[in-house]
Amino acid sequence: MPRFGMVIDTLKCVGCMDCVVACQTENDVPQGFCRDWIVTETRGEFPNLSLEIRSERCNHCDNPPCVTCCPTGASHVEEFGRTVQVTANACIGCKACISACPYGARFVHPKGYTDKCTFCLHRVKEGKDPACVSVCPTHCMVFGDLDDPKSAVSQLLNSRKHRTLLPEAGTKPRVFYLS
Amino acid sequence: MSLSPLRFEAVMEQLSRRRFLKISAATFGAGAVGSQIPVVSSLAMGSAPPAGKVETIATYCEMCFWKCGGIAHVRDGKLWKFEGNPLDPMSRGRLCPRGTAAVGTHYDPDRISKPLIRTGERGKEEFKAVTWDEALNYVADRMKKIAAEHGPESIALWKHGTGSRFFEHVMRAYGCINKGAPSFAQCRGPRDIGYLLTYGTGLGSPEPTDIANTKCLVLIGTHLGENMHNTQVQEFAQAIGNKATIIVVDPRYSVAASKAKYWLPIKPGTDMALVLAWMNVLVAEGLYDKEFVAKHGHGFDKFAAAIKDNTPEWAEGETGIPAATIRITAREMARTRPATLVHPGRRVNWYGDDAQRARSTALLNALLGNWGRQGGLFLQAGMSVAGYGFPKFPEATKPKVDNPDGKWPFADEEVTTGLRQATISGQPYPIKGWVVYAANLIQTLPSEKETIEAISKLDLLVVVDTHPSEITGYADVVLPDTMFLERHDDLYVAWGRQGWAALRQPVVPPPGEQKPAWWMAKQLADRLGVGEYMPFKDMDEYLAKRCEKSGIDYAKFRKEGIVMGPKRPITVEEGATLEFDTPSKKVEFWSDQLAKAGFDPVPKYTAPEAPPAGFFRLVTGRAPVHTFSRTQTNLLLKDLMPENEVWVNAATAAKAGLKSGQYVKLRNQDGVVSNRVKVKATQRIRPDTLYMVYGFGHTSKMLRSAYLKGASAAQLNTRYKIDPLMGGTSIHQNFVTFEKEA
Repeated sequence: MPRFGMVIDTLKCVGCMDCVVACQTENDVPQGFCRDWIVTETRGEFPNLSLEIRSERCNHCDNPPCVTCCPTGASHVEEFGRTVQVTANACIGCKACISACPYGARFVHPKGYTDKCTFCLHRVKEGKDPACVSVCPTHCMVFGDLDDPKSAVSQLLNSRKHRTLLPEAGTKPRVFYLS
Repeated sequence: MSLSPLRFEAVMEQLSRRRFLKISAATFGAGAVGSQIPVVSSLAMGSAPPAGKVETIATYCEMCFWKCGGIAHVRDGKLWKFEGNPLDPMSRGRLCPRGTAAVGTHYDPDRISKPLIRTGERGKEEFKAVTWDEALNYVADRMKKIAAEHGPESIALWKHGTGSRFFEHVMRAYGCINKGAPSFAQCRGPRDIGYLLTYGTGLGSPEPTDIANTKCLVLIGTHLGENMHNTQVQEFAQAIGNKATIIVVDPRYSVAASKAKYWLPIKPGTDMALVLAWMNVLVAEGLYDKEFVAKHGHGFDKFAAAIKDNTPEWAEGETGIPAATIRITAREMARTRPATLVHPGRRVNWYGDDAQRARSTALLNALLGNWGRQGGLFLQAGMSVAGYGFPKFPEATKPKVDNPDGKWPFADEEVTTGLRQATISGQPYPIKGWVVYAANLIQTLPSEKETIEAISKLDLLVVVDTHPSEITGYADVVLPDTMFLERHDDLYVAWGRQGWAALRQPVVPPPGEQKPAWWMAKQLADRLGVGEYMPFKDMDEYLAKRCEKSGIDYAKFRKEGIVMGPKRPITVEEGATLEFDTPSKKVEFWSDQLAKAGFDPVPKYTAPEAPPAGFFRLVTGRAPVHTFSRTQTNLLLKDLMPENEVWVNAATAAKAGLKSGQYVKLRNQDGVVSNRVKVKATQRIRPDTLYMVYGFGHTSKMLRSAYLKGASAAQLNTRYKIDPLMGGTSIHQNFVTFEKEA
């Protein structure tokens, strides 16, 4: 069974937010909410500057605090791709997972359940990339099986300098940023 | 440990505030569980979109002018999403954020939904809803009256975008020869004339830039990534991936600058000094492409003599860029030539001497020998598709009014401010009617005051658009257009690495009483007595006939949305030969035609005016999620960027006592005060320069969700220069100061 992950090249990302819009339309995300978002960090002082732009989302962690804290099992690791998912009709909206997630990846859907990035499993099952990956004009995102050494994600991680967000949280995130 | 939204810049804050409110209290206690995590195989995926009957229809996008091919998805009869068409050379299967958000324009409640006739004073936005018959009869009657009193030439068309095509056709058939398109004098016109004078051809759209294969990309003010010209952004990312050297010249640390090896934070208005100095280095150090110049150059020695004093040391004083940096970057460019590309730019109307500045970049490219070369400027390959076959237009009996006596001798399209001025003056003859198709002239033309003055001279102002805008408020009649996913249009026949044609066809019905522009034009043609110029029943018939005449399989075209033209060599590497349609049949380093017309035959630098004490230069640009002043109410895009901000250097802001997030107004040198706008105090801009994305600060109350959000850069553009070569108007000519809110 694959273990899905994402590799995002910050050198290519221009922060256009196409990933945000594509996710919203693909997944009928209610207006005013988003499952992925752009972070822009400026470092230095004029004129000696650097800028990092990142497309962020649920990290589908190997060690997901949002799953271990869920009282009902709604927040769970799905067998397919070992991704973190929410079973909407089992969610009681207690928000424990929202507090537990160090990445701010979750929100309460107006219908009452917790919502977040699914890695577009419905598309992946059809052999497609997640919507954000397939729309990106810069091709800065790559999706695939981290356990397959031949996958594009594995090869990028083998050949490029990379990091995850808040590794100190111990969550073992599976969204990697190249720089 | 906490994650605060304050870490992020404003756009991010806007987007995530809702979800980030509670994050500062985040804990990782639960993460300590390191043992077994239950793995479930579940079918109850509440977060997946609902299944349904999905139908896909290929069409091309009009969220901007790039016209990418896309595939619309309709689920259970309702528009679901819009994706790129993999067959399309522009989108290559990936749309930009605005294209992806086209759905949000279809569902936008701020659209005009019914034909309107004005009931109050012009500008007051008071209308009554009427039937299509009433609206069209009103327009036709007024047009006939103007034609009877002054001649049909006294009715002018203003246009932007594909939908204007049949309005132009029908009006021309009726004898309306005057027109104006801001896409020339307010956008790419100066560039096209600069290149036309140098190479014998303008560049048009899309530009033939081989960014994908370039080894060194020079961007002068072009902010790819924020300026979302889809194909170019895709290739920009490819160039980054290929480790091309990127050199960015911009007073602002743009996204593109952040990807660059060299960022040159130039003093605004001095770009030509830098380009001249770069050329000076290439010539003085013998680094230019001598073979190309010897074979294809005209007047090189006179050119070299003309720029011999434009040394890097001289340019340093003008531009603020150290002479050493100018030398190093010039040598970088020479190292990879001819696969070095100085991007020609697009919206280049900055300071009123823009055609000459564009010509200087054309000459820099010529020194690099990149014309018709891989990684440079390729030769555009087109495609020909037969026309429908219309009766001949009546002969024009009067001259056009926009460029009297060839005042702007090198304008090869209509000069918009010339048309406006003729409307004000009534010379050489009165202009009494304007039909405005999808061009918000109050924001696109400089000097709102002059535009309103011109409008006051009109007996008829018709606005055709999907959305209200500032000019809609002045209209006598407003005709609600369908948005592009709801209509047919003419083919987009394009040039590029290979020519192609794209088809537009309706995906979903319009939400209200909107009608497609071609239908309105046909209705008008009948009422004006020129129905024979619109002899087809509908666009399906029209398109089918064009395809049939051209040997294009229309059924397949409807399915695929794109048909490719023939391949031919587009670079010297592929076997193309170079020809130049200039008077000398060569690349004109020295321009005899400019000299003859009394202009500098080699571009000459003039220093920009200095701001008055306490004032700052205001420059403008684009955001990736908006198009002009057209998309601020789009349901998806308005959340991503609900208002613009004024970028202020952090030190400048501190001195002025301004903080990020605070609202200020901007007052220009003529006393015009903007709407309030949020301050973005940032390191990413020069201390003497302010920056705003344009298109915001709407004053139309009919644009309910965008009304008075942010400030309009156009409103502050009261002092403008007109390019003496071709009539382009400056946008960056104004100085502003802060006016704090009480």
